[in-house]
Amino acid sequence: MEFFLISMLNGVTYGLLLFMLSSGLTLIFSMMGVLNFAHASFYMLGAYFAYQISVKIGFWPALVIAPLAVGAIGMLVERYGLRKVHKYGHVPELLFTFGLAYLIEEAVHLIWGRSAVDYRVPAELSGSLFKIYGTAFPEYRGFMMLVSVLMLVSLYLVLTRTRIGLVIQAALTHPDTVEALGHNVPRVFMLVFGGGCALAGLAGVIGGNALVTEPGMALSLGAIMFVVVVLGGLGSLAGAFIASLLIGLLQTFAVGFDGSLGRLFAPLGISFPSGTFLGELWGLTISSAAPVLPYVLMVLMLIFRPRGLLGTRDV
Amino acid sequence: MSAGANLGTTIRFRPLNVGRYFLWGSFALVLAVLPLFFSAGFAITMMSQMGIFIIAALAYNMLLGETGLLSFGHAVYTGLGSYFAIHALNWIAAGTLPLPVALVPLVGGLFGLLFGLLFGYIITKKAGTTFAMITLGIGEMVFAASLMFPSFFGGEGGISANRVVGKPFLGITYGPAIQVYYLIALWTFVAMIAMFALTRTPLGRVANAVRDNPERAEFIGYNTHIVRFLMFALSGFFAGIAGGLSAINFEIVSAESVGAQRSGGMLLAAYIGGVGVFFGPVIGAIIFTFFLVAMSNMTKAWLLYLGLFFMAIVMFAPGGIASVILMNLRVWKAGFMNRLWKPYAALASAGVIALGGFVAIVEMTYKLSDSGGGGAFSVFGIPIDLAKPLSWIVAGLVLAVGGFLYRRAWVAMKREWDDIQSILAERAT
Repeated sequence: MEFFLISMLNGVTYGLLLFMLSSGLTLIFSMMGVLNFAHASFYMLGAYFAYQISVKIGFWPALVIAPLAVGAIGMLVERYGLRKVHKYGHVPELLFTFGLAYLIEEAVHLIWGRSAVDYRVPAELSGSLFKIYGTAFPEYRGFMMLVSVLMLVSLYLVLTRTRIGLVIQAALTHPDTVEALGHNVPRVFMLVFGGGCALAGLAGVIGGNALVTEPGMALSLGAIMFVVVVLGGLGSLAGAFIASLLIGLLQTFAVGFDGSLGRLFAPLGISFPSGTFLGELWGLTISSAAPVLPYVLMVLMLIFRPRGLLGTRDV
Repeated sequence: MSAGANLGTTIRFRPLNVGRYFLWGSFALVLAVLPLFFSAGFAITMMSQMGIFIIAALAYNMLLGETGLLSFGHAVYTGLGSYFAIHALNWIAAGTLPLPVALVPLVGGLFGLLFGLLFGYIITKKAGTTFAMITLGIGEMVFAASLMFPSFFGGEGGISANRVVGKPFLGITYGPAIQVYYLIALWTFVAMIAMFALTRTPLGRVANAVRDNPERAEFIGYNTHIVRFLMFALSGFFAGIAGGLSAINFEIVSAESVGAQRSGGMLLAAYIGGVGVFFGPVIGAIIFTFFLVAMSNMTKAWLLYLGLFFMAIVMFAPGGIASVILMNLRVWKAGFMNRLWKPYAALASAGVIALGGFVAIVEMTYKLSDSGGGGAFSVFGIPIDLAKPLSWIVAGLVLAVGGFLYRRAWVAMKREWDDIQSILAERAT
């Protein structure tokens, strides 16, 4: 029970973090048709900015400034980069963001070096929030959950209750009509792109110190993020939400299990000598296979339901 | 594809395509005589790697250029090919596999094909953006799995082997690097011809159709999934050959050979060279290997420069270097090149200035972050003190002036270029 509750809480925290990333990616994709390959790089930028600012001023200003800075960079990228490539089609757009991911990673190498930086959880939040069966739940995890939920609610409110949100929703499906009504659709695109990047930046600020802030963080999370989007169904926000939580829980729960194929088949007397490929496969525990599970899930989903959980179209 | 081809005539007059034979013949000649001119060990290693990468980039382009599939995980097939090839080398050494070393790349190729069939069937159910994401996911999956099975993948250290195994054939042991170079050159030549021939087959043509308009191809009666699947598997085969060659060349294969960095490299090389033209990726592979082998010795920022180069290609020449060459060839043939020499020269000199300033800033930043503040070094005998703001101001000024001049030169060149293009378009009608 203790393991279950703690894993549940951790899984939900991680899942919400994933959703912060995948929601921006989904919004940008469904609006502009661009899969932002550099999305996880903006997450990384957020973490590094927050580290730099928290060293100089403190964590709380970083919580506000870093996402805004990342969002501003995102807008610049859209305005002066993506918009120019747009006329060549979707593949060059995707390649542009791919190149951008390369450049951001190299820039991070250039400025902050190749090893992890010491981006710490602020002292005010380093205590424990409560105890379940003797295991402390860190205050910072609670804070992460709070920020993610607040972000989610405000994103929902902005999209459904405000004027700009309505314009965004309309521009998702009927960009030409919205433009004909006198709205500046390219500017809306720029705002959405910047907003998505700011969300990724915010995820970086609160995730960078909970996980690790290093130049490889973009790639490792980026691949998972794509799995989330494919699982949830490309272009579906609700699907991305469910898939984020699913992957978050899957990864946290898998770490706690040490079952293996060998144990499963032990009663049947099927075993292989260790040191061989099959022996290793048989001895592989679920916990050590955890990094592969999301991808396996993705492959299974593609075989049985190619459009994803809530996807409406077979893209 | 002229209109005559549609008339369904059974008797066709096909003269010997002298130009093409000449081109391939001279390419073979270049491959054969290159080591005579560049005989240093470093050059031989670099040319060997170029050969391997040419196959890999061309195999990659079977997907991107010919079938319109953007893959972010093609190193899976080169990498797994490498792993099986290196195991094959070890089996030959143990005497369990009677196979000459020269055919080991084929082992890589066959396993590349096998995994291409296996993963490809699922992946190619999708096209476009989803395809790209799935290839990335599969790539990460294989990379993560490679660390879980150390008996096959060798864990962090990788698997090593000795390529001087088996009976020497005509005194060729593949011990010296030059013999390996010729083995690679031969395989490169054969693989290139095979891949070029494939573009001329019905499958290659239908793949082009699937790339350009999948819906229409489907209506004509082709199963787009199967076409994509076949192209993917064949591309896996050639990628596997490249992987097998690299196993022979380096005698070690580690987990990074299936990693995302390697996949990205193939994409970069193919796109920089130009995906729309068959020989485009060849140019890209040569440039990429040059960056990888030569530039990485000189500067730590080589990936940054390569990335910027790639971005510049994506933004300003989406057809790659090959298309730039072909467009200029067209202008040259029409006799307009004399109008472009001057703008080109201006553009190049302004570009050199801007690049100089930019490189200076990047290198200085790298030195600064390495030394942890301060430090001094010298370039071409010019001492640069990083602590002094003057060095940064000068570098920034050079960049700004160069950038400004470049912008002006670009506008002037573009004016001339557009003018020539409109004249050419008028002539064509």
